[in-house]
Amino acid sequence: MNGNYLLSVEDVVVDLPTPRGNLRAVDHVDLTVGAGRTLGIVGESGCGKTMLSRAVLQLLPKKAKLSGRVMFDGQDLLQLPPEKLRKLRGRSLAVVFQDPMTSLNPVLTIGTQLIETLQEHLELDDAAATRRSVELLAAVGIPAPEQRLAQYPHQLSGGMRQRVAIAIALSCEPKLLIADEPTTALDVTIQAQILDLLAREQRRRHMAMIIITHDLGVVAGRTDEVAVMYAGRVVERAPTPALFKKMRMPYTEALLAALPKLDAAPHTPLPAISGRPPDPTRPLKGCSFSPRCRYAVARCQDEKPALEAAETKAHQFACFHPIEAHADANA
Amino acid sequence: MMPQSPPSISSHALLEVDNLVVEYPVGSRVVHAVSGVSLQIARGETLGLVGESGCGKSTLGRAVLQLRRPTGGRVLFDGHDLTTMQGDALRLMRRRVQLIFQDPIASLNPRRKIGDIVAEPLVIAGVKDPDKRKQLVHEVLSAVGLDPTLVVGRLPHEFSGGQCQRICIARALILNPEFIVCDEPVSALDVSIRAQILNLLEEMKARFGLTLLFIAHDLAVVKAVSDRVAVMYLGRLCEVGPSEQLFARPAHPYTALLIEAIPMPDPDVRPAETVPVGEPPSPIAPPSGCRFRTRCPRADQRCSDEVPELRAVAPGQFVACHHPLI
Ligand SMILES: Nc1ncnc2c1ncn2[C@@H]1O[C@H](COP(=O)(O)OP(=O)(O)OP(=O)(O)O)[C@@H](O)[C@H]1O
Ligand SMILES: Nc1ncnc2c1ncn2[C@@H]1O[C@H](COP(=O)(O)OP(=O)(O)OP(=O)(O)O)[C@@H](O)[C@H]1O
Ligand code: SF4
Ligand code: SF4
Ligand SMILES: [Mg+2]
Ligand SMILES: [Mg+2]
Repeated sequence: MNGNYLLSVEDVVVDLPTPRGNLRAVDHVDLTVGAGRTLGIVGESGCGKTMLSRAVLQLLPKKAKLSGRVMFDGQDLLQLPPEKLRKLRGRSLAVVFQDPMTSLNPVLTIGTQLIETLQEHLELDDAAATRRSVELLAAVGIPAPEQRLAQYPHQLSGGMRQRVAIAIALSCEPKLLIADEPTTALDVTIQAQILDLLAREQRRRHMAMIIITHDLGVVAGRTDEVAVMYAGRVVERAPTPALFKKMRMPYTEALLAALPKLDAAPHTPLPAISGRPPDPTRPLKGCSFSPRCRYAVARCQDEKPALEAAETKAHQFACFHPIEAHADANA
Repeated sequence: MMPQSPPSISSHALLEVDNLVVEYPVGSRVVHAVSGVSLQIARGETLGLVGESGCGKSTLGRAVLQLRRPTGGRVLFDGHDLTTMQGDALRLMRRRVQLIFQDPIASLNPRRKIGDIVAEPLVIAGVKDPDKRKQLVHEVLSAVGLDPTLVVGRLPHEFSGGQCQRICIARALILNPEFIVCDEPVSALDVSIRAQILNLLEEMKARFGLTLLFIAHDLAVVKAVSDRVAVMYLGRLCEVGPSEQLFARPAHPYTALLIEAIPMPDPDVRPAETVPVGEPPSPIAPPSGCRFRTRCPRADQRCSDEVPELRAVAPGQFVACHHPLI
């Protein structure tokens, strides 16, 4: 099924041994991303977004057990020798984390880090690599880029550091960029700037992108497709406009409803989702959302709904009682 | 000369902040964290305070509670000037005001049991009867939606972020305060837990007749709970007004920018790409005149020469700008 896709994640499972027993962080996930397309992955804290992206990047914790297949650019990443994998990461598969310091080295200057990355993957001499670095810093909106080369990460603000991390991620013209909550730690204005920057560079480079977030507001205007995760599984997946037009999975609906709305009057109570996701070391027999779902019936506790197509093949959801069936009851 | 601060509503104001200045010395230089902020909060009101990271929101909140003594200005709480208050008088006053922090887990002592953490303000306030303390702890934990018998004997690490924030709220409520500064109480929580905690704060406010200063950088969150909103930029107030009015017709270019930058959960609303690149200038050497002028699309010579004073543009709405949008 990986024919036309740049990335295809097939039946991926990530298990983590913990003192409380096995923790299934990612539970049989299938996803695809076409060249130049943007996929948003949303879900509450702990639902497995980061573990899934780490499975794609092959950057899982050592003790983690991974099964399934990750096809990227025609190669099966699980079969690739470590050396080839390392080359691939940074070259055609890049990542930006929530905390830019995860990818920046605090004791090296910005310039050294950019130039080293460039020279590791591309054949550039010092002068060419320096020139390229300045161009990249300018492209991500950093004022006075020449001077920045000599600065250390701690001399920059959080927003500037994230720009540098993006510059490094973009430096080798990757085919796919995974951005794991790239703006969660930043202010609204800086957040909008960084998301604009990613969108602009993506169009310019025809790069594919996965944006991971817990904010449906962030994915709405900036992705082609959305996958909603809950308790390690993808529970709804659709082209972005289709999803917002007609959510089928009660969890997706509840996530959207819980966002404070700008057009609501102050002091309007928010429809919060009660409770917490289930303990991932104690998986439920039925639908993982059933303890919190207002549509749950007996069957939801006994059986796990599979991810199946709705009217169109592109829109899939895992639920026995999708929203539409309840439209009358809600009115 | 324009009036320094909005016409006083102090006949009902529980809190009145008057020309507050807070500076931090760093080496031989000074961080101008809060530079002449004036505002009032009426009894029973929630005032939202927004602005980007580093603009001085927490500093203002802490200076109001005298956790950081201001460099200048006055803070009147129920008519008493807290800035000149010392010793026992200040301690007594402090029972009436509380603070809730952004990071719920970090603000709980990891080695103490929840029961002791929540009872701590009672101990400090001199409530000696252990049975009385126990009873109050149970009452307040139930009020925030936790089962007292299940939580009092446990340690903070056994709880999620949302549960820890409930515990912090319980601790803040136990002395029956009148006024609470909520410093980004939901910023560290994800969407679903955020909604639970916002609802809880609203419920507690109604039940205990609280007055709140609600600090956040998420405008939608602030709007959800605030009667009025104050917008801050680099140590100064830009605009204050009734929430709905301010969101519908912002007068300050910075307020408009903040509203535009909110990501909308609607794919038909294309994100505006007009947000100016550039970051706030350093509070060590803030720009002359209007501090927003280095990022403002409307800035002109007057903006660098003259500090704009807060003045009325609409009923209840005040703006500090030479060229307001309304
Ligand atoms: N190193 C680890 N060892 C064991 N369990 C882990 C480890 N890292 C994460 N987990 C667990 O794996 C599950 C999935 O975590 P993951 O970090 O992928 O969630 P997430 O969706 O990215 O959440 P967030 O929004 O908080 O970043 C969680 O239950 C988490 O507690
Ligand atoms: N103890 C301190 N010493 C020196 N400077 C400080 C100190 N505390 C804060 N500052 C500086 O004062 C300014 C205002 O900081 P403050 O924490 O009040 O901002 P804030 O609006 O609460 O930001 P955030 O949204 O990041 O919490 C910042 O420039 C900050 O770096
Ligand atoms: S399967 Fe049942 S419990 Fe699960 S989301 Fe659908 S209705 Fe709710
Ligand atoms: S005073 Fe001038 S620089 Fe400041 S916000 Fe108004 S127009 Fe912009
Ligand atoms: Mg994560
Ligand atoms: Mg703060």
